[in-house]
Amino acid sequence: MLETIWFALWGVLWAVYFMLDGFDLGAGALLPFVAKNEQEKRYVYHSMGPFWDGNEVWLITAGGVTFAAFPTAYAVMFSSLYSALMLILFCLIIRGVALEYRSKVEGHGWREGWDMLLFISSALPALLFGVAFANIFQGIPIDAQGIYRGTLFTLLNPYGLLGGLLFLCLFLYHGALWLGIKTGGELEQRARRFAKVLWVPLLILAVVFLVATWFATNLYQNYLTYPVLWILPALAVAGLLATRLFLQQGAAWKSWFASSAVVVGATLFGVAGLYPNLLPSSIDPAASLTITNASSSPLTLKIMLGVALVMVPVVIAYQVWVYHIFRHEVTPEDLAYEDGY
Amino acid sequence: MEVLILSRLQFAAATFFHFLFVPLTLGLSILVAIMETKWVRSGDEQYKRMAKFWGKLFIINFALGVVTGITLEFQFGTNWSRYSAYVGDIFGSLLAIEATLAFFLESTFIAVWIFGWDRISPKLHCVAIWLVAGAGTLSAYWIIAANAWMQHPVGYVMRNGRAELADFFEVITQRFAVIEFVHTVSGAYILAGFFVMGISAYHLLKKREISFFTRSFRIALVFALVFSLFEVVQGHFNGGEVATAQPSKLAAMESHWKTQKMAPMYLLQIPRLSGEGNLIEWIPIPGALSILAYGDPNAVVKGLSDFKPEDRPPVFITFVAFRVMVGLGMLFVLLTVWGFLIRKKLVENPKYLRIMLLAIPLPYIANEAGWMVAEVGRQPWIVWGLMRTSDAVSPVDPTQVAVSLIAFVLFYGLLGVVAFWLMARFAKKGPAPQPAQG
Repeated sequence: MLETIWFALWGVLWAVYFMLDGFDLGAGALLPFVAKNEQEKRYVYHSMGPFWDGNEVWLITAGGVTFAAFPTAYAVMFSSLYSALMLILFCLIIRGVALEYRSKVEGHGWREGWDMLLFISSALPALLFGVAFANIFQGIPIDAQGIYRGTLFTLLNPYGLLGGLLFLCLFLYHGALWLGIKTGGELEQRARRFAKVLWVPLLILAVVFLVATWFATNLYQNYLTYPVLWILPALAVAGLLATRLFLQQGAAWKSWFASSAVVVGATLFGVAGLYPNLLPSSIDPAASLTITNASSSPLTLKIMLGVALVMVPVVIAYQVWVYHIFRHEVTPEDLAYEDGY
Repeated sequence: MEVLILSRLQFAAATFFHFLFVPLTLGLSILVAIMETKWVRSGDEQYKRMAKFWGKLFIINFALGVVTGITLEFQFGTNWSRYSAYVGDIFGSLLAIEATLAFFLESTFIAVWIFGWDRISPKLHCVAIWLVAGAGTLSAYWIIAANAWMQHPVGYVMRNGRAELADFFEVITQRFAVIEFVHTVSGAYILAGFFVMGISAYHLLKKREISFFTRSFRIALVFALVFSLFEVVQGHFNGGEVATAQPSKLAAMESHWKTQKMAPMYLLQIPRLSGEGNLIEWIPIPGALSILAYGDPNAVVKGLSDFKPEDRPPVFITFVAFRVMVGLGMLFVLLTVWGFLIRKKLVENPKYLRIMLLAIPLPYIANEAGWMVAEVGRQPWIVWGLMRTSDAVSPVDPTQVAVSLIAFVLFYGLLGVVAFWLMARFAKKGPAPQPAQG
């Protein structure tokens, strides 16, 4: 029971991370395309300014919870995905530094350089997270000793790449909507146009992914056994349709919330299908890491659950408050801010 | 074997680099919070300018502390997977709780502080920086409780082929954790104090913004003085704790080879780079080591010769790092006491100011040296007495680790240059000009 609760929380943590940092990664990856001049670029940076750091902590927590609740899965997952994770790490480091340092120095070369780095370090993790999760859904070649029997290229299989493209497109879309909320004028219009254009490939990728999942993974098994789970993919699909509708109506926030539902629904769709596996083995089903053979002791799970039940609502409360005080459109006065981006 | 060495080097590089930024984050947040509190209380605009100026340096530094911290968490899984599976039940939960309890608070409210100057009331803004400072120190407690557990595992049972939690309260409140925490955090506070004093000294030498930098200097001086004095006394207890919990580490710190009562210390002692014993042992002070370790000249101090070679930590590094840390710690007391005596006439003492400017790197060295003693001295164990470092490493392809190690070194090297260059640039530039009245 405890293990199941933690499995659900584990999925939710990842989903929340993707929902929040997804728009940062998307906006960063869109930078070279939506921002036409220095001022617009700084608007893009400012749109993430007060949020990205707090968003990234959801990743640290998701990682920490994987470590704490399912240490064996953490160990095998992270060492198996070694190179992919290292790339993500480097990107996240570069992204954080680009955000903080870019506008601290005048100078064309300096700023152009960081802009390029922000683009790469936002786009690549979006892609890699998708590749990693698609591979987890599908299973990776681990043996009974928990040793990975593949290479980096094993992960770059068609289904993995499809997952990567889906995540990238989803985050780009999510980020474009965020820019639409946080900026005004031409930049806002351009961001909206990007969102409208991106929605089409997003829809196609989502449909292809749902179909490919039938053939490439065992995720649907749970859905056949517990039909109530269909609510998760339904949430994603409904969100996908609603977000486009709201976008058409010019309802920026609603559109963004609907797109958040897509991110959360898509992540949980995969996670619910995995259950009770955390990391299926593609070469030996008995070597799969499950909530039973990879979890921590009941005592640890209980203590952590206590901490989570008390602290996570508190965290959500103050993060919502921060989003509330910085919900406004970025203004020229914000750019004049000496410590700003 | 190759994976082991490469992974150790990578972990060392990542940790050292991370800890170039962490201590300043811990200490400077408090100093900025003090300055801002003075502004809110007195309405004196100069304190606001101080909070902003030092806050800017704080932010540049903070960013690197945050991003390099993720590496450390991930590396346990990528490079030390056997360790992670073996102790995740205890160690992992401490990291997860740290994130939930402290990281969220720190990362969320730093943004409120950076972007909130005109959006929330000054009081609330001041609360934000205190939350950042408090959360930083709180997160240090959890991570050090985790490290202390590696140094001195308690509150666990061996079950299902791994260490499982038996007494959570004991894990987070054990004496070793408390002492290690106090020691580390004091070291961080000293570093921040010297950082502010050194930069202030630079401007005072140039006779710029004299009142601004005199005030900054004095706040930092009191802070650094208190913690330097405290650290010397506290460090002694720390040594006692190590003597009981980790006798082979103590022996390595002192390059002490022969088990004996009245164990001596030497005025000049140089261990052999390789092999057993010391190259030079001049002028012994009989019983000094026994007193320092156990408070009793007749106490027996176990020497390295009585540990099997495979159970000894690398002696030379541990010995040298320990001396560097202690020597610098004493120097910090000297410099801060000197400063306190002339605190009213800093500008008239350019010699002192020049020394303080040059002293900026010293607490960095002391902090890193301290971690070398703690971590190298813990070898060959990753968890003292429970798991050897060589059994902890991931079964991954060495090429992958070699590539990531090279990437880390190059990439961190570059980032470090950029970060310190940027800090130096803003430090030299000085505070923004006084805003016009009205």
